[in-house]
Amino acid sequence: MKYNFPDSKGYFGRFGGRFVPETLIPALDELENGYRKIRRDPVFRKEYRRLLQDFAGRPTPLYFAARMTGDLGRARIYIKREDLAHTGAHKINNALGQALLARRLGKTRIIAETGAGQHGVAAATAAAFLGLACEVYMGEEDIRRQHLNVVRMEKLGARVVPVSSGSRTLKDAVNEAIRDWVSNVDHTYYLLGSVVGPHPYPMMVRDFQAVIGEEIKKEFGRRGNRLPDYLIACVGGGSNAAGMFYPFISYSRVRKIGVEAGGTGGKSGASLGRGRPGVLHGAYTYLLQDKDGQIAEAHSISAGLDYPGVGPELSYWKEAGLVEYHQVSDREAIRGFKYLCQTEGIIPALESSHAVAFLLKFIRKTRKGENVVLNLSGRGDKDLGIVEKK
Amino acid sequence: MSRIDNCFSQLERSKKKALIVYVTAGDPNLDTTVRIVPELERSGADVVELGIPFSDPLADGTTIQAASTRALKRGTTLKGILSAVEKIRRRSEVPLVLMGYLNPILALGTERFFARAAAAGVDGVIIPDLPAGEMARISQESRRRGIAPIFLVAPNTPKERIRIISRESRGYIYCVSVKGVTGARTKLPRTIGSMVLRVKKFSALPVVVGFGIATPDQARWVCSPSGGKADGVVVGSALVKIIEGNKKGRSLFPSISRFVGSLRKSLS
Repeated sequence: MKYNFPDSKGYFGRFGGRFVPETLIPALDELENGYRKIRRDPVFRKEYRRLLQDFAGRPTPLYFAARMTGDLGRARIYIKREDLAHTGAHKINNALGQALLARRLGKTRIIAETGAGQHGVAAATAAAFLGLACEVYMGEEDIRRQHLNVVRMEKLGARVVPVSSGSRTLKDAVNEAIRDWVSNVDHTYYLLGSVVGPHPYPMMVRDFQAVIGEEIKKEFGRRGNRLPDYLIACVGGGSNAAGMFYPFISYSRVRKIGVEAGGTGGKSGASLGRGRPGVLHGAYTYLLQDKDGQIAEAHSISAGLDYPGVGPELSYWKEAGLVEYHQVSDREAIRGFKYLCQTEGIIPALESSHAVAFLLKFIRKTRKGENVVLNLSGRGDKDLGIVEKK
Repeated sequence: MSRIDNCFSQLERSKKKALIVYVTAGDPNLDTTVRIVPELERSGADVVELGIPFSDPLADGTTIQAASTRALKRGTTLKGILSAVEKIRRRSEVPLVLMGYLNPILALGTERFFARAAAAGVDGVIIPDLPAGEMARISQESRRRGIAPIFLVAPNTPKERIRIISRESRGYIYCVSVKGVTGARTKLPRTIGSMVLRVKKFSALPVVVGFGIATPDQARWVCSPSGGKADGVVVGSALVKIIEGNKKGRSLFPSISRFVGSLRKSLS
């Protein structure tokens, strides 16, 4: 099967597109042309690869979780250690790529949105590294619950702009970043942190994150074991899942499982599991919304999954049956968090803890001799304040 | 001939410029919206744009965001707005344009929306997060139902885009005065006139200018041959601010009528 998405108009099947104010159309054209150029440019590729290696610390280890595998007694469990990448999450892969592109396009100012703060920290880091001004929009609720990352961004020289509209979380931070971009489009680069938004963002962020899946593939090849049997990743906007799954998307024998935030008390971040297609933040994709098309308030204990939308490509994967999606509740995520801490000595982000919790339930369905890879998208220091009380 | 086309040809005959005003439907509630529209017409508005409130109005500044939130708190829905339009039509023949984000329209169903809107007496629709050429079936459906799809042109819109926008548009073309979101501004860019002329090269439709226009002086300049060269102006946030400041008071209608009257005078 030849997988060739997005198409020339930025669609993955019926999902994706560019649903933005007219003012942003020329900026998206400029971005797409710039991206297509650098993607083929050997100088850019070399610089990006060098940065990933020397600055971000790639490749990240594919760690065999022996204690967990022994304890659970079924498939062999491997953990892709994105938490060991510089700044503590996979977000740096994308931030470095886009910041290089911003510099190439002659932009002097970077803006970003952030939920958990991991993308904000990565953007602030890349901006500091390249000497660009950086402002990060963050919901007030997230500023409160992810305080450590706010301090990190500020120490890196970024300005954190509190967002007080709506649910004061990631969705509202994206609204505010888009408003800023429309108003300052000439010199500002919008460094979007997930595979969401208008074309070309979903494609570009996926491509920058695909290094995760490519490294897994290479490592399995090197170990003589051709392909893993299962890939598991958490899904908020979907960037760590897209990066892990995309290089395997044409391999139907590799089962790909995305884990959404099941939240609590009927509120969730599970746009694929509980939503309907619609348009938000520039793309046609699955959304949590009411019957009148107003966007619903999402909820998750993890700020990074607390978002009512999802990347359009992940919506396409759902409809095409290429990826299956499940949900894990707030309480289960906490259990996953504690389990990984005490079994493997790894403190996972609450986002990634959803993937861990799913695996704890799913492992019974696997067999000895099979291989599972779990994407540990980020480390959990930022969440200790939340988990302390649990 | 549609109400919008009719309105502009009459204005042209009498050498007047169009005054288009915007209010968010359901702010402070839909009953008031039904009563405000005829008042706006009496005070001199030529076209009334009714905003459909949305939870995430990303092309709007703080004034219209707040109006949207107020309207949603009062339970305003797209269906409710269409019923309100029916009621308005019993009292007024002023051209009515619905302006709102795409998702509530998709949630109602595109075909259903345009069928009901046409039956209710809607004349045009502006969807700020639907650029021309995207999901083209929507503007096709709009035209099929006799509702003018009105698209925006921004200061940075290149010629090729203006050509596409002209092809897709009916009624009028809406130039955005600045790169930015809606909301009053003290200074308007001097380059508005050249943007309007650029659009007129590709389209025979009337060209109006909106975003940031808040005073009679600004309105006059935007429509003057030595200034903005536009066929009309759109005033939104400044009017919404007056509604916000007079939520309950008996002063609401007199304040609105004074403000719209002063804009009308500046354009005659």
